This record gives sequence, structure tokens and C-alpha cells, in this order.
Amino acid sequence: MIPAEFKYLFPSTVDEAVRMLAEEGEDAKVIAGGQSLVPVLRMRLAAPTALIDIGGLTELTGVRDDGDSLLIGAMTTHYEVQRDHLVQDHALLLRLVTDTIADPQIRHRGTFGGSLCHADPAGDLLAPVLALDAVMIIAGPSGRREVPAAEFFVDYFTTALAADEILVDVRVPKYTGWGAHYEKLNRVAQAWSIVAVAAAVQVRDGTISAARVGLTNVGSGPVRATGVEEALIGQPPSSEAISEAALRASSGDGYKDNLARVLTGRALTAAVAG
Amino acid sequence: MTATAEPEIGKARLRKEDARLITGQTRWTDNLQLTGMLHMAVLRSPVAHARITNIDVSRATAMPGVAVVLTGEDFAAEQGSLPCAWPITEDMKSPPAPAMAVDQVNFAGEAVALVIADSAYHAADALEAIDVDYEDLPVVLDMEEALRDNDLVHPDLGTNKCATWIFDSAEAGVGTNVEDEIASAEVVIERTFRQQRLIPAFMEPRSVVVDTTAGMFTVWSATQIPHILRWMLSAVTGISEHKLRVIAPDVGGGFGGKLQVTPEELLCLLVARRMGRPVKWTESRTESMLSAHHGRDQIQKITLSARRDGTVTGLKVELLADMGAYLRLVTPGVPILGAFMFNSIYKFAAYRFVCTNVFTNKVPTDAYRGAGRPEATFAIERMMDELAVELGMEPMKIREMNWIKHEEFPFNTVAGLTYDSGNYEAATARAMELFGYDELREEQARRRSSGDVVQLGIGISTYTEMCGLAPSRVLGALRYAAGGWETASIRMLPTGKVEVITGTSPHGQGHETVWSQIVADKLGVPFEDVEVLHGDTATSHKGMDSYGSRSLAVGGTALVHAADKVLAKARTLAAHMMECDEADVEFASGSFSVRGTSTVRSLGDVVLAAHVAHDLPEGMEPGMDADATFDPDNFSFPHGTHLCATEVDTETGMVRISRYVAVDDVGTVMNPLIVDGQVHGGLAQGIAQALYEEATHDEMGTLTTATFADYLLPCAADLPAFLTDRTTTPATSNPLGAKGVGEAGTIASTPAVVNSVLDAVRHLGVRDIEMPMSPERVWTALQGRPDPGAGDVAAGGLGSIDAQGGQS
Repeated sequence: MIPAEFKYLFPSTVDEAVRMLAEEGEDAKVIAGGQSLVPVLRMRLAAPTALIDIGGLTELTGVRDDGDSLLIGAMTTHYEVQRDHLVQDHALLLRLVTDTIADPQIRHRGTFGGSLCHADPAGDLLAPVLALDAVMIIAGPSGRREVPAAEFFVDYFTTALAADEILVDVRVPKYTGWGAHYEKLNRVAQAWSIVAVAAAVQVRDGTISAARVGLTNVGSGPVRATGVEEALIGQPPSSEAISEAALRASSGDGYKDNLARVLTGRALTAAVAG
Repeated sequence: MTATAEPEIGKARLRKEDARLITGQTRWTDNLQLTGMLHMAVLRSPVAHARITNIDVSRATAMPGVAVVLTGEDFAAEQGSLPCAWPITEDMKSPPAPAMAVDQVNFAGEAVALVIADSAYHAADALEAIDVDYEDLPVVLDMEEALRDNDLVHPDLGTNKCATWIFDSAEAGVGTNVEDEIASAEVVIERTFRQQRLIPAFMEPRSVVVDTTAGMFTVWSATQIPHILRWMLSAVTGISEHKLRVIAPDVGGGFGGKLQVTPEELLCLLVARRMGRPVKWTESRTESMLSAHHGRDQIQKITLSARRDGTVTGLKVELLADMGAYLRLVTPGVPILGAFMFNSIYKFAAYRFVCTNVFTNKVPTDAYRGAGRPEATFAIERMMDELAVELGMEPMKIREMNWIKHEEFPFNTVAGLTYDSGNYEAATARAMELFGYDELREEQARRRSSGDVVQLGIGISTYTEMCGLAPSRVLGALRYAAGGWETASIRMLPTGKVEVITGTSPHGQGHETVWSQIVADKLGVPFEDVEVLHGDTATSHKGMDSYGSRSLAVGGTALVHAADKVLAKARTLAAHMMECDEADVEFASGSFSVRGTSTVRSLGDVVLAAHVAHDLPEGMEPGMDADATFDPDNFSFPHGTHLCATEVDTETGMVRISRYVAVDDVGTVMNPLIVDGQVHGGLAQGIAQALYEEATHDEMGTLTTATFADYLLPCAADLPAFLTDRTTTPATSNPLGAKGVGEAGTIASTPAVVNSVLDAVRHLGVRDIEMPMSPERVWTALQGRPDPGAGDVAAGGLGSIDAQGGQS
């Protein structure tokens, strides 16, 4: 379990990090909390020539209020997300999802942005970020650009980030007062989800006025269950309406298809109750 | 005068070794740094069966820091064959087992080249620069297919069948003929079970350091068996045994996985001899999973005959046992250890056991916690449930009517053993009470009738096992190459402190604590005044090491005998010192006194007198030391009743253990805290076989579970709060009354869990589910579909990282 040799760089600003990425070329890799990258390095599944450690970029940590949305710094740790009152009040789903990530040690090291950039379809944060219509704010040599989550996740372990770009912030619209739940099925505590479902629901005057549903680990990236969302609008938050809508989470007859439907039903039931 | 102290035996003492083990401030093998030490890295075959047509080491040899790169050709003349100490039959087929492949590899993970470098980093870097050309051979993975001998693992043997070992109660004169019982039976049940392949997964990876200075070969190894290792390394290499010193320093777990003479131990020794410098090798987790021996891997065909009233009559066991590609130290004997346990606590009239050992292109199997007995216990406890279902009887009732009653001990079994003691009624009554058996049955009925999404199951395991390995004459009769005795020495130091030397080799069990408790009680010295030395062949001059729940029952008894010898000599000297007749000397709480007088000499006074030797009785040697070796007459037979309640989510297939009760009878308990710890850990491993762990291979024979992301171990969060209790029926085969507890939890728990899950879903049409009972397997069974295998959704896991890395 010994990684191949690499150059280690420690930038102190985002601009410096972006410049280093450009200088080191395609075989350089950004390291954030290291909770996914370090195992890959140790097993020599990847051998980047340079690691650019953005752990010193304090400008990337923390959650800020930005009017209609929150800005979550890419280097905010899972532990910080769990305890942040803005997240609790305006993006409850993210807190509930983060509660289920790995174990306390990992939640203290792993970062919100690092999980998204790693883009493991079994990673817990992708589906909720997609479902909540978050926007990625990305720094590159020519300045900053914004990419909606729906365009950010491209394939297995592949995002819209170019080799010389860094994710700096994630803009999450406020979902103040929405009910939320993350229903996750994993075999042991430290295992990835077999399937998980992230749901946020807004109920007004006894009717579901809006819903967001994202599925973890059912494809090459996170999946937005738009059919389920549409079926819920205008329905009462009843078990019948939820059961009916949940059937739209998947149409196949395999085990994971079944899980997608069952866990969607359970996530929605808990979300409307909360 | 010392006041009478509270007895140490039976006290729930915290373990004296734990602080250093937990903080790592200790002598793990990998912590050793010797001057001029070289580091060894092993290149392993990525393919399961192939001829090696070329190895090019030129690039690797030129890499920074590399001292030398060695291949099988370099060792062909000196490496010999790794030992197998258990040729179970006269005609057993045994292929040569080179530490490093020379011209052919027979499992993925087999060593094909070594880099020796000035650092572990340089050695790992250079591994990638070795080019090996392989010419693929047909891969043999499936045991039943292997027995057709279409493709051969070892063409020179002419067959993949290693050996067939038979026990028959009629032939042995201890029972009737099983075929007669089956032919005349009112009920016959036949089932086939699969014992999946498991990986021992000890916490500390294997590590070896060899030093050649000072005219000795000193081998440090994270091993369970320093004494056996010394003997075997000497036999393989021709290095004189007295020029070899083996040290097992603190060792972080083994579970049988370090009951081995490994290729890497031998290779480190050969490299150190060749280079004349110290050499270290420490494995990675993935390397451990690929190359250290695995456990279990059997197909069990079981036929049970019974009368309609539930009385069992005959039991026929036909096993296929996967050896893997080579026979390691006790590989062929592991399934044979189970031969005596399939009949378990039940009174069968007839029994026949036929085991066929099979070669495949997989890493060898060998001992893993329970070694043969978990497989046996699983099969019989599953069968008792199947019989109960067939006859519509309550599963505990059917066990009760067939088990040996407490007044029937000692009991000669249909497998030829004599169970010395036990009380199955008492353990079961206690377990039922703690569990709330009747209430849970009511709850189960309610959930069934309401069609609850989450169904409740209740699983039973009334087990026994044989441990305290082992009477040497029995091992001889089974063709095992060594004895089963154990040794202890006591050295009384002039200041009154005590050094104990044991031939057992603890690797997490807490021998230092318990051995100190025993000596403190026997000699009346403070617990803190005892130091236990172990694992170094230079101080612990002989021993048979630790495995098979033997250390206390056998090694603890040797210690008692050594203490008795110390006291006998001390008594003679005390009489001399107090000028009285020896018959008038009394010993209590560490002091000798003359009966009916106030004359007293403490043991410390007597020891000092022996040490200075100014005034000893005629003919008495100076000093106060004693050695004792104990060879047991019989095994010991722990038993107990485990009850498991599971909640099965019928929509997802997820199983959650909602209650687990273990009432074990492990004989007299020395330290209840340690016994509880052994039971808890054992339960975790047994439950893990039922629900989580499985070593799987792809069709090319590559292990697909080579990380802990893919090979699932449960942690505390995944396991219920265990409710444990004990009944105590002392063993009669040793003076401590101890039976052994290292494996009981593992042996008992697997069938309790599986029986429970099946009990939860049987009314929904499910007859069986293979282990591990993953949610996908449970759900698929509920759909009435065929078993999906381990599946690609087994874990999530680093399998998903492979997709990125493009390799595993």
C-alpha cells in the first residue's frame, strides 16, 4: 500500500492553485480531504505526477447566506455541513444525507466539494445536489463559470471540470420549510449505498406543491426522478399518492429497480412526515 | 502475615497487555528497524493458472535503491517445498509447494518475483518494472467440475482429487450402518449446503523480519506458531534448528490465519541468508487477502434419517472441500476436524462421513476460527430445523428429544469421542428465559397474520465443539505430524517476583493476564508480581503454540503443574527452615506455617533461601524453578444454546438482528471479562459468515473481494447488543475445569442467524438462501427466483473505483 512518487504542492490562494494545475498539466490532481483519492493512490490505481493540496485555501470553507441561495465552500467538511445552521434551516436534505456518510473520522476529513468532484455514482451527495438544482461555481485560468449540477455530472467518476479547473463553491437554492429525507440501503456501516433516495417535499395547504427526488447508485451518475416529482405535484401527502408516484422511480424488474421504488416510497413518506 | 486475598481465578480483570497493544507502544514485527535492513516486496501473479514463459527483471534491477531482483529460478535449488503436516490418508496426493513459482503459477496471488531494496518505497516502485510473460492454462475453480478431471491444476498428479477420508460408525464399531438406517427410515431429509470461502482478516497484516548477525538466524514473524515455524523452517531449509530463533512478538490477531508456515517467511529467510543482511517484508491488506490462506469453502451434502416422532436415527455427510492450489500446514485436515462434530449433541444410531478434498486454482484454504467445527455445526443445526419443518414440530422440541441428557455423561458418541460433561438442558433453559422465546413466537405470529413488511424469525443453535487440541495419541491416530501437549515453566526470582514462560503463543487472547491470575492464586503472590514470557523460542524453549481453543485447557494445565512443582519443593525447604516435619507444613496465601504453631515463612523467604543456597536440605538443588508439560487425555467439549431473532425487510431483503442471546458452557471461567470478549468477537465472525463475508472470484480466478470495501466485515454499528450468560459444567479432562472459548461464538452463531432468517420467510415459500444472506439474495429468494450469486451490487465498494482505474 505504497503510492507511486509524486510532487506535492500547497497553494495558498485559488488563483495560485489554478496556475499550478495549468503548469503541472493533465497528470496533476487536486487533493481535498483525500478520503477517496488516498486509497486510490495507495493501491496505485492512479499515479498522478503532482498533488495540489487545497487544504490551505481557507477561502473555500464554510457556508454563506447569499439571498435566495446558500453558497457552500468546496472545502467545507462533512462535519461542518452537519453542524451548519444555514444548511439545517434552508437545505435540510443535505444535512440528513451528510449524517449518513461513512463515519465520524471520515466526516471530519472529507469535503463537500471533494465528494462531488470525485463523482462516484455511489457517493451520497451527488443525488441530493442534483435534485436540489444546485449550481457549481468553478475557477479556471480564464476566470469563473457556473455549471448546473445536471451538466456537471457526466459519467462514472467524470465531471464537467476541465483539467485546469477547481470547484470553489456550490450554490444551493433555499428550500426553507421543506420536508426532507435520505433513505439509504447499505449492508454494513462503512459500505457504499446499494441504492439510496434523496427526497425533499414542499407541502402547502394539504397539497404537495413541489418535490425533488434524486437516486444514488442506480446508473453512471446521480439520477433525477422527474417522473416521481411530477406525479406528486398537486397530490395530497397520502400514502396512496406516494406509493403511486414511487412506482415511477424505475420501470425494471431487477433488484435495484425494486429498491429504487421501495426506497423512494419510504423517503417520500418520511419527508412529508418531517 | 498476608490476609487471605480474593481469589484471582474468576475475577473480571482488565487485561494487563491492553494498554501497550491498543496504543501500539509495543513490539509489532513491522516496528522493528535493524541497521542495514533491506526491504522485500513480492510481485504476485495476476492470473490463476499459467506457465511462466519469461521474466525480464532488467528494468527493475536498474531502479533506484534496488539491491537485487530475484525470481523462482533463483530459488529453485534451495526453496524446497512448504510443509504440510497433515497427510490425512496414506495415498493423499500432495503436489510440491514452492514458496515462489518457478515455471508455473497455480493461483492468482502466488509469488513470482521479489524486489530487495533499501526502502519499502523503492521496492514497491521496482515491482512495476518487472515484465512477466504468462501462457494461460485452463483455470479450475469449481469443485464439482474439478472432480471431472477435464482440466488439471497439477497435471503431474493426474487428478484434481487430493484425498478421500472416511469415518463410518459401523466399521468403527461405535454405531450401526447408516445405509440401513436410511433404508428403513420413516423420514429421510437430504439437503446440500454451501460453506462460502472466507478470509481470516486479522487486524495486523503479516510481517517478517530476518536477521543473520551473531551467527544465528533470528526470525521475527507475526505468527501464531513460533515453535512450529522454527521446526518447519529448519526442515525446509536445512538450517540447523539450534541456529534458528523464532520470535513472535506481540501479534495482532490470527483467527487461524497465522497458523501457517508462509512462503514469505521462508523467502525472507532465504534472502537474508543470501544477502547477509537483515530483511523485512510487511504485506498490504490487499496482498494479505490475495495470498494468505482462506477458510471454509465446502459443499455439504447431508442425509438425515428419522422416525415420524422426531427421533433421529442416521446421519450421512458427504463433503467436498476446496484445498485451493496447494496443501499448506494443515489444509487437508481442516475438514477432518469437523468429522467428529456433525452428530453434535444428538444421539444418532449411525453415522458416516466421507470427505473428498479437491484441488482448484485458488489460494490454499487452511485453519480459520473453528476449523471444521463451524461447518459441521452449521450443517447439523440447519438439518434439525429442516426436520422440524418436515415433521411440523417445534424446532427446540426436536432438539431436546434427541440430545444427550445431563445424566448420560460421560457419553460415547457415534463419531467415537467421549463427551466428558455437559448440561444442555440447563443452558437451553437459561437461554430461552433470557430471550423471551415464547413472547417472540407470539410476536412472530402477529406479524405473519398481519402480513407485516418486516417479518420476524427465530433461529436456534444448540451446539457443542471439541477443543483443547489435543491428546497427542489422537493426533497420531489421525496422521497429524506433531503432538498436542503444552509446556510451562515458572522461574521464582530472588526478590520474590515470578517469571512464567509459556509454550502458548497469544495473539490477542490475553494469556498474560489469565496466566498471571492462575499463578497468583496458586502461589499466593500478587497478580502484579507475575510476568509472562511467550513467543520467543530462545526463552520459551518448547511449545505447541496457540490455536484450536487449546491454550488454557492444555497450556494452563501445564502451568498449574509447574506451580505444583514449585510449591512441592518450597514446602520441603520450608520444613527444613522451620525445623519441622514436612507433613506439618501448611500453605495458604503465599505463606508456609507449621500446623498448630505461629511459625511462618513466606514463599518469598523460602525462594530467597533457595536462591542463596546457604542452608539447603541434603541433595536439594539451589533455585526455585519448575517445568511441566501436559498432554491431555481427552478433548474438552464446550456447549451452549444460542438464540437469534432477526427482522427481515421483505421489500428490500435487508436482515437486522434484533436480539441475540448466547448462553455458553465453557467450563470453569478464569476471567469472565475475557470470556465475554471472546464470545463477542466470535459472534461477530460467525454472524459475518451468515450475513456479510464472502471471497469471490471472477471466471479467470481473480479474487474480486481484495479490499475491505468489497469484502464486508461488520463493525459494532452493524451488530446487536449481545446478551450473554453462562452455565458452568467443569471439564473433567484438566484440573482447571476449563473447556476453551476461542471459537465457540463463531461455531454457534452462523446457523442461529441463518435458521432465524429462514424462519422469518419460510411461510412465504422460501426453502433456503445461500450465505452470506445479502439483501439481494434474500429479496431474490422471496421473488422465487434462482440465487443471484454474490452479485455486482454486493457492496458498492471499490469495485466502482476499479472502473476508473481500469485495473484491480
